[in-house]
Amino acid sequence: MRRIGVFVCWCGTNIGATVDLETVMEKARQMPGVVFAGDNKYMCSEIGQTLIRDTIVQERLDRVVVASCSPRMHELTFRKTAAAAGLNPYLVEIANIREHCSWVHKDKAEATQKAISLVRTAVAKAARNKPLQADQFAVTHRALVIGAGIAGIQAALDIGETGFEVDLVERTPSIGGRMAQLDKTFPTLDCSACILTPKMVDVAVHPKINLYTYSEIEAVEGYVGNFEVTLRQKARSIDKEKCTGCGICYEKCPSKVDGEFEEGMSKRKAIYVPFPQAVPNVPVIDRENCRWFTKEKCGVCKKVCPADAVDFEQSDQLIKQKYGAIVVATGFDLVDLDEFGEFGYGKHPDIITSMEFERLVNASGPTGGKLLRPSNQEPPRNVVFIHCVGSRDKSRGKPYCSKICCMYTAKHAILLKEKYPKSQAYVFYIDVRTAGKEFEEFHRRAVEEYGAAYLRGIVGKVFPSGDKLLVNGVDTLSNQTVELEADLVVLATAITPRRDAAALGRMLGIGTDGHNYFVEAHPKLRPVESHTAGIFLAGTCQGPRDIPETVAQAGGAAAKAIALLSKETLLSDPCVSNVNESLCTGCLACLPVCPYKAISEKTITEKVHGQERRRLVAEINNALCQGCGACSTACRPGAMNLLGFTNEQLLAEVDAICL
Amino acid sequence: MSVVEEHHLFEPMIVAFCCNWCSYAGADLAGTGRMSYPANVRIVRVPCSSRVSPNFILRAFQRGADAVVVAGCHPGDCHYVSGNYHARRRFSALRRFLEFVGIETERFEIHWISASEGNKFAAIMKDVTDKIRVLGPNRKLRDVR
Repeated sequence: MRRIGVFVCWCGTNIGATVDLETVMEKARQMPGVVFAGDNKYMCSEIGQTLIRDTIVQERLDRVVVASCSPRMHELTFRKTAAAAGLNPYLVEIANIREHCSWVHKDKAEATQKAISLVRTAVAKAARNKPLQADQFAVTHRALVIGAGIAGIQAALDIGETGFEVDLVERTPSIGGRMAQLDKTFPTLDCSACILTPKMVDVAVHPKINLYTYSEIEAVEGYVGNFEVTLRQKARSIDKEKCTGCGICYEKCPSKVDGEFEEGMSKRKAIYVPFPQAVPNVPVIDRENCRWFTKEKCGVCKKVCPADAVDFEQSDQLIKQKYGAIVVATGFDLVDLDEFGEFGYGKHPDIITSMEFERLVNASGPTGGKLLRPSNQEPPRNVVFIHCVGSRDKSRGKPYCSKICCMYTAKHAILLKEKYPKSQAYVFYIDVRTAGKEFEEFHRRAVEEYGAAYLRGIVGKVFPSGDKLLVNGVDTLSNQTVELEADLVVLATAITPRRDAAALGRMLGIGTDGHNYFVEAHPKLRPVESHTAGIFLAGTCQGPRDIPETVAQAGGAAAKAIALLSKETLLSDPCVSNVNESLCTGCLACLPVCPYKAISEKTITEKVHGQERRRLVAEINNALCQGCGACSTACRPGAMNLLGFTNEQLLAEVDAICL
Repeated sequence: MSVVEEHHLFEPMIVAFCCNWCSYAGADLAGTGRMSYPANVRIVRVPCSSRVSPNFILRAFQRGADAVVVAGCHPGDCHYVSGNYHARRRFSALRRFLEFVGIETERFEIHWISASEGNKFAAIMKDVTDKIRVLGPNRKLRDVR
């Protein structure tokens, strides 16, 4: 007979207020195999855990059931508690009476009945739990960082500094990301490039950081400690070793296209470096727009290159590499403005996004930092800024707050006034949100010292009138309609994850939320980890945030990765499939359903009626098996069983529920 | 007892198999968000919807469950790459089998619920409970006890 102990948690009033726990304990004591039932206000606290440890020893318990919160929350905690008392950790079961009971049911009698049923189910399963032993496996001491914006750069530098090899992968031809596009940063107004480019150079010269620009992730396999990643290094058409970065090639190139880095506000060549401080300072040929690749004519760059570095024959390269940890830092895109016809974006050159404003005001940007109207290259006088374009907009845009727009618009108002003291900024806002160090002071400065006029309200329509723009809006504080004549209209466009974030998430096996932001393992306690062990998140791919937060999170993700990489071995999850060879008929129906190729066939020799006989059976590779259980379901003779979720355990649960 | 009265008193027993990574987390989120749903639902945690054997479902019906729900990650989002595709094929076959032996197909549903869809989980559980309340108890496969 089993000796099962049931430990019931009140979780303060979270469970105790809705479930009659005295009755639960009384019923639990009558369940088969239960020899003890006790409770505590907070079972996860030191006192609660001590109760469990002491009781295991005093009552000689051989199984433990904890009725508390979700196993996704504290299963590990209670497994460790049991292990500390000498019990195999896999003999612990959790009855989820908080998330699945007390929090979703209001009627006390109903909730109590359900809690009893949940405990009975957990007891039935626990009675069939077997002690399991975790295997050890080696960790690859190398990290992969995906995305080389400020988040990826910071994470790579932090990991590299500890001496582990880091591969930093960037899709575009240069590292730097969004921060490289910005002019000044709030609330200190220090120049973005001046603080970013030294870090970019640090990355380039760091002995432990290997840079893969113009490269993308092609495939991800493996698991924590041993990811196997295939990178596609796209053909740059330039020999990186030979190129000196002299720049003659892009001076002479005859094809011009809209520059991505300049948000399409100026032209770049078909052979180009995205911006002057690019790292690496090696051009790339955009094959879709290059005359050599489209018409097989030209070849000017090859002729003028003094180092003979141009190589039209180059092809994409696939690089396979093993990693112990992965940091995802893919950054953000801006919301598509097609849905927002009233702002007239795209219909007039003087209606621009804030990112385009950053480029206009930037000294290395399309106007050389003069901030001129795109339509006629004249200085603007009246500039209207519109907050929350696509943010906090449930019906068309994103319901969330993009978090940085209030602050950068205040910054834009200040920069405008500094460039043109006679100009006037008008800002339409819903709320001004300035939660951050020195943020409110900065916003007040924009209003008080720089005279930005803040109008609480929404803009109904922006349309051209002569060479000006007319902005029709409502000031909701005075309840009056406002009509403003503007030279420039700047839209604080909502930020979104990268358009292909969900696809990357699927490749990595990490979840995305309804907006395609990557989901952290716990919103409060594990903010830089994904649900998949060994994959960490940094920066705006997880949600809107500013530069200091991004840098802090990148440092946090790096620290988590370092902690993982500094281990020689990891313990594997022992909940893997197991073959009962005496039952296995060798049909191998399990083989095609395994997504990890963890099943293979082997021949065993056995004695039947004194004769030696050889036959085929399935074999599991414990290191590859991830414990999904697909094979256990596919198995015809019932020889395959997933440890921790065996047929016997699950059937016992079903029986206990339906009792 | 009249039919109306019996229906009024009838509280169905619903067994839900939820995969650990999406649907079980979705059920947790329903809890965290205090989205209430009927107490008739009992959740069995499985690593993946592909772990759910038709045996478990038939056993639930034999033991008197009035409905069974299998919930997994959305197609394409399976934590184990392809498990929910196997589940989908297996259970569309099982549905036909249940229909063949005379079990109303309403009693067996398969849903895709992600970790962020707590409201969807609550809504589905409420919907299934309401439907089975109208449909009445499962008598066909229940053991004679």
